[in-house]
Amino acid sequence: MSLNVSDLCIARGGLPVLEGVSFILRPGGALILRGPNGIGKTTLLRSIAGLQPPLGGEVRGGEDRIAYSAHSDGLKSALTVTENLQFWASVFGTRSIEAALAAYDLTALHDRPAGTLSAGQKRRLGLSRMLVTGRPIWVMDEPTVSLDQASVALFAAAVQAHLASGGLALIATHIDLGLAADVLDLGPYRAKPLALDDFDGAFL
Amino acid sequence: MMALLIRDLRLAVRAGGGFGLGLAFFLIVTVLVPFAVGPQSDLLARIAPGVLWLGALLSCLLSLDRLLALDWEDGSLDLLATAPLPLEAVISIKALAHWITTGLPLVLAAPLLGVLLNLPLDGYRWLVVSLLLGTPALSVIGTFGAALTVGLKRGGLLLSLLVMPLYVPTLIFGAEAARRGAMGMGVETPLLMLAGISAGVIALMPFASAAVLRINLR
Repeated sequence: MSLNVSDLCIARGGLPVLEGVSFILRPGGALILRGPNGIGKTTLLRSIAGLQPPLGGEVRGGEDRIAYSAHSDGLKSALTVTENLQFWASVFGTRSIEAALAAYDLTALHDRPAGTLSAGQKRRLGLSRMLVTGRPIWVMDEPTVSLDQASVALFAAAVQAHLASGGLALIATHIDLGLAADVLDLGPYRAKPLALDDFDGAFL
Repeated sequence: MMALLIRDLRLAVRAGGGFGLGLAFFLIVTVLVPFAVGPQSDLLARIAPGVLWLGALLSCLLSLDRLLALDWEDGSLDLLATAPLPLEAVISIKALAHWITTGLPLVLAAPLLGVLLNLPLDGYRWLVVSLLLGTPALSVIGTFGAALTVGLKRGGLLLSLLVMPLYVPTLIFGAEAARRGAMGMGVETPLLMLAGISAGVIALMPFASAAVLRINLR
């Protein structure tokens, strides 16, 4: 099943940032979002993941099928790598985490507390969470931040494998991942400044 | 859901988890009260149930601002909100974990500290029963306050002010049950009221907490 985004209008802090965003993402397809800082990439991804309601338009086909990866990885520094990943695996109802650890070359680090990992290693652990969700749509916000070149290659391979198994990926990134993916530049969708008539709406 | 409970309990007892903070505060309050009030054992016996209840309530309050703030800071709250668990369940589990790490130790420590306050012999049973019935309400109401103030820097002050009035009924009936128990009077009415408050907030509050958390996560 594909992910249909039609005429989506989204706001940050009560002010519209993007309007008229439409695309269809089919199984096996990936879409790279580009655009300057502040254009609303994160807000768009959060809206698609269901964390905030859009001002207008709709997202179809995303209910309970999206795995969302944010700027922060949601790791607990007092827990080990295995415990962190095992927690998310149990929440999403998947059993094995070995494949996810292996995919991001974390097997050797499995009993280290997450707090002692480097920034890049933490990021890899955060990304490996996507593999244990078992969900078909990956919505990822700047996944390659603080990754070195080898780790970016690991990430690209993981996305490639996910797409090959019929998954979908929506990725906001500035670097070239070497994926056969469509690119959506958000620049043209920038919302026109709007006179605020709904004062309360800005707070809700 | 079990995974979340186990994770929260594990985090609480690991380094920096804050387990024992409430207990230490409870100990300090009840140890210092006899020094402040003076060595009049009949007066201490009279105020003991109220002091113990107040100490337990304040200890609970002390640990509330970490309840959701840590998950908010490291981003796991966003990820939990997009996970298959309903947010109401997440909130309820968080409240349960808070009760196990804060409320339950207070209940167990209260009889020991009652000795310091010269609590009458009849009072111990009802003190423990009233705390056992009342502290879950404190955790659940506190989780609501934490959900309201999540994302605010230094939200602890606002959290305390918001939660304080909601704690009043629990305190009144809890302390009243313990006081009547200590004086050898019937405790049914305040205990039933206390149990009613706890059952009501456990059933309804998670929905309110999840609703405000959804708004705060936007």
